[in-house]
Amino acid sequence: MQNRDLGQIRRIIARHKRWDTVFMVIGMLALLVGVLSFTALFADMVIKGAPRLSADFFVNFPSRRAGEAGILSAWVGSTLVMLVTALFAVPLGVASGVYLEEYARKNWVTDIIEINITNLAGVPSIVYGLLALGLFVYQFGLGQSILSAGLTLALLILPVVIVATRESIRAIPQHIREGSYALGATQWQTVKDHILPYSAGGILTGVIIGMARAIGETAPIITIGALTFIAFLPPSPLQSTPPFISFEWVMAPFTVMPIQIFNWTSRPEAAFQNNAAAAGFVLVLMTLVMNGLAIYLRYRLRKNIKW
Amino acid sequence: MVTNMAGPDIKTIIDADERARGTLVTKAEVKDLNFFYGDFQALKNLSMVVNENKVTALIGPSGCGKSTFLRCFNRMHDLYPGNRYEGAIEFHPDNTNLLGRDVDPIEVRMRISMVFQKPNPFPKSIFENVAYGLRVRGENGKRMLEEKVEQALRRAALWAEVKDRLHELAFNLSGGQQQRLCIARALATDPEMLLFDEPTSALDPIATGSIEELISELKDKVTILIVTHNMQQAARVSDFTAYMYLGELIEFDITDNIFIKPKMKQTEDYITGRFG
Amino acid sequence: MSSALTSASLPEAMSGSPSARLAARRTRHLRERAIEGVLLLAALVSVFTTLAIVYILVKESVVFFQKVPLIDFLTDTQWTPLFDDAHFGIMVLLSGTLVSSGVALAVAIPLGTIIAIYLSEFAPFKVREIAKPFLELLGGIPTIVYGYFALMFVTPILQWFFPGLPGFNLLSAGLVMGIMIVPYVSSISEDAMRAVPMNLREGSYAMGATRYQTAVHVVVPSAFSGIASAYILGVSRAVGETMILAVAAGMQPNLTWNPAEPAATITAYIVQVALGDLPHGSIGYQTIFAAGLMLMLITLAFNILGHVLRRRYREAY
Repeated sequence: MQNRDLGQIRRIIARHKRWDTVFMVIGMLALLVGVLSFTALFADMVIKGAPRLSADFFVNFPSRRAGEAGILSAWVGSTLVMLVTALFAVPLGVASGVYLEEYARKNWVTDIIEINITNLAGVPSIVYGLLALGLFVYQFGLGQSILSAGLTLALLILPVVIVATRESIRAIPQHIREGSYALGATQWQTVKDHILPYSAGGILTGVIIGMARAIGETAPIITIGALTFIAFLPPSPLQSTPPFISFEWVMAPFTVMPIQIFNWTSRPEAAFQNNAAAAGFVLVLMTLVMNGLAIYLRYRLRKNIKW
Repeated sequence: MVTNMAGPDIKTIIDADERARGTLVTKAEVKDLNFFYGDFQALKNLSMVVNENKVTALIGPSGCGKSTFLRCFNRMHDLYPGNRYEGAIEFHPDNTNLLGRDVDPIEVRMRISMVFQKPNPFPKSIFENVAYGLRVRGENGKRMLEEKVEQALRRAALWAEVKDRLHELAFNLSGGQQQRLCIARALATDPEMLLFDEPTSALDPIATGSIEELISELKDKVTILIVTHNMQQAARVSDFTAYMYLGELIEFDITDNIFIKPKMKQTEDYITGRFG
Repeated sequence: MSSALTSASLPEAMSGSPSARLAARRTRHLRERAIEGVLLLAALVSVFTTLAIVYILVKESVVFFQKVPLIDFLTDTQWTPLFDDAHFGIMVLLSGTLVSSGVALAVAIPLGTIIAIYLSEFAPFKVREIAKPFLELLGGIPTIVYGYFALMFVTPILQWFFPGLPGFNLLSAGLVMGIMIVPYVSSISEDAMRAVPMNLREGSYAMGATRYQTAVHVVVPSAFSGIASAYILGVSRAVGETMILAVAAGMQPNLTWNPAEPAATITAYIVQVALGDLPHGSIGYQTIFAAGLMLMLITLAFNILGHVLRRRYREAY
């Protein structure tokens, strides 16, 4: 090679560097496809939907007259379903995560649990809907209610919460635990006073991501049988007669935001398409805010915690 | 007559006899090299000569900058942001400054090859590993590749062991064999200089012995610069030795002088094990 | 003797007679075990869920397969469960699933891999910092919105290029599904590539290779198991997707291998049935469980494959 023409080497290098540049361009173009899709989607919804976004839109029920239709029952329904989802997913998920990280021994029971969690994360959401239909709606007799929907979505996002819990707990170094045990604390006291508080941030991040996922889920809720045209609200949780709190709403029929969007998208009239765009915009905004919040939280946590 | 080198005022070493006989030729001349990792100065005013077809060893305690110095020769630091070179390394016969901003690092790396501390064969067959450097240079002719691969493997004393399994994955070789494969890979492109970054520290004593033997055989045809934390290895293998400490070149001389009658007290302290 | 350690100042568990202390220790022990039991039950919910899914799918499918022979189910070329002359050929729905997934993967795999290589080996730090959260957000958009986008935006554009294209078609849905899957493929592939040790890359650069050569000849082959598992995840996601297809591909079962036609996938069919009014226990009701079982088996097969591949790449380092 000492005899090799330096110029020839330079030409070969230049040729290979051209591949470098070509690939960089292709890479940026590929990213651009994603950016453009997102922009197109967002812009389309804003253009078609923004005119419909008024205060009325949020407090009106859906109606056969597109101009008067609103998302009241949808977003109230979504909120209530999310409430039930969180109520079940958070305790179950955190408890599972705590068990697996702090208590579980390396045996076949633990292996089976872990395999199941990984497996469930890959199950299509509509299968959860089938499960809910067969089990919650009919077998358990919970009917086509907010409770059924909340339970189903809780099971759906359970793997997300469990994984987030486990990773946050794993980040806590062993010497913190040892410090607690060395002072005579029991296992539960260590978990309650140290493990949970220190991992709370990471767990919260995971819960937010799970909820952002749940709020956009359509298929399982449709399968349960949520009706697509609901022009009334579930009974209020507060009532004027004792005991002042009612749980009737839990068993009431309902609709959620994604289903309302689906219903409007299925109508041929352009006016309803605009309603769908407006509602879609609201939903995307909600999801973006939640995901963005979770990403921000994760970033702040990584910077702040220095063990 | 050996000229002494001490502190920042460094003069080039000349072995008058050998130069007079014309058998000692400069391959690379390091002139006032300073190197910065961000704000931290890792190399201070290094000046030295690397002689052609000889083995030059860089020794010194951990953190003295010998690997940093080595990696300047093939512009490895360019891969990471925030690094800065000052000074020059003139590469003969064309006097190219290896550190020059207008000099392409890829071109430098095609003239100077490196063998790493931890053997790093690619996830390819033995043949393809050795042929990689040739392919990168645009040489794809089947006959030529086969010839050069065999030649490189012979020079690395690995041919006999692998000639029947050239198309097996390189991962299946033992640690010592993998390192010899990496040496063959580096040799296949006929480099003008070979850099060894602690090539045997990850290997067992028997493998170490075979690599050292290899280096001794190679040196008459290739200029070799080797970093080692093992003094005995430097003594066994090298013709010239440079002792570094905290980023500075303390002493540079023919190996025998460094180990038998060092001129600087710091060198003597290190050699005799007063610190390490 | 110092009176500082009176029994009043000792913690309850340490005061009193030895038998009292023993009793306190036993209750504490019982309480700890009870808490552990509760936590274990919570962890077992995941196992119960899997068992429940299997139970429900199998229970209804068994009834179904008593009325419809398995051979017919697998080989019939019509899917008309509600007609008097009912046919139950799952191939019809499967064709919709396969075609739409094929289109989606044809988009997601190349784009996702290129983005992963670019972010891992080429992109400057700032670009990565922005691109990664952005991709995460892209993957978090609700699928119903993607469905709306496919129907109202992508289909008209495609119709401008291909004038004969029907309003409902698998192509539009498949393309949008592909975009949705790109973040999954790219983030897992990129993680696999970043796990390749720097030592290997340096070996390639030291030979005078460019970034492209190093990426293609060294990094991607080393990360291959991880990249393959990313692809498998993408397949799984595509096969299980529902709403994009329900909205944009129509819900009419249609045995076709042509993406320019409307068709129902397994998932879209289940939605269609659920939207209607099927009495519990009817054959129509049972078809969705049989279809669901088919879907489960397909996704399970891919999930297992992905798991095996992920294990293999984790062992390599």
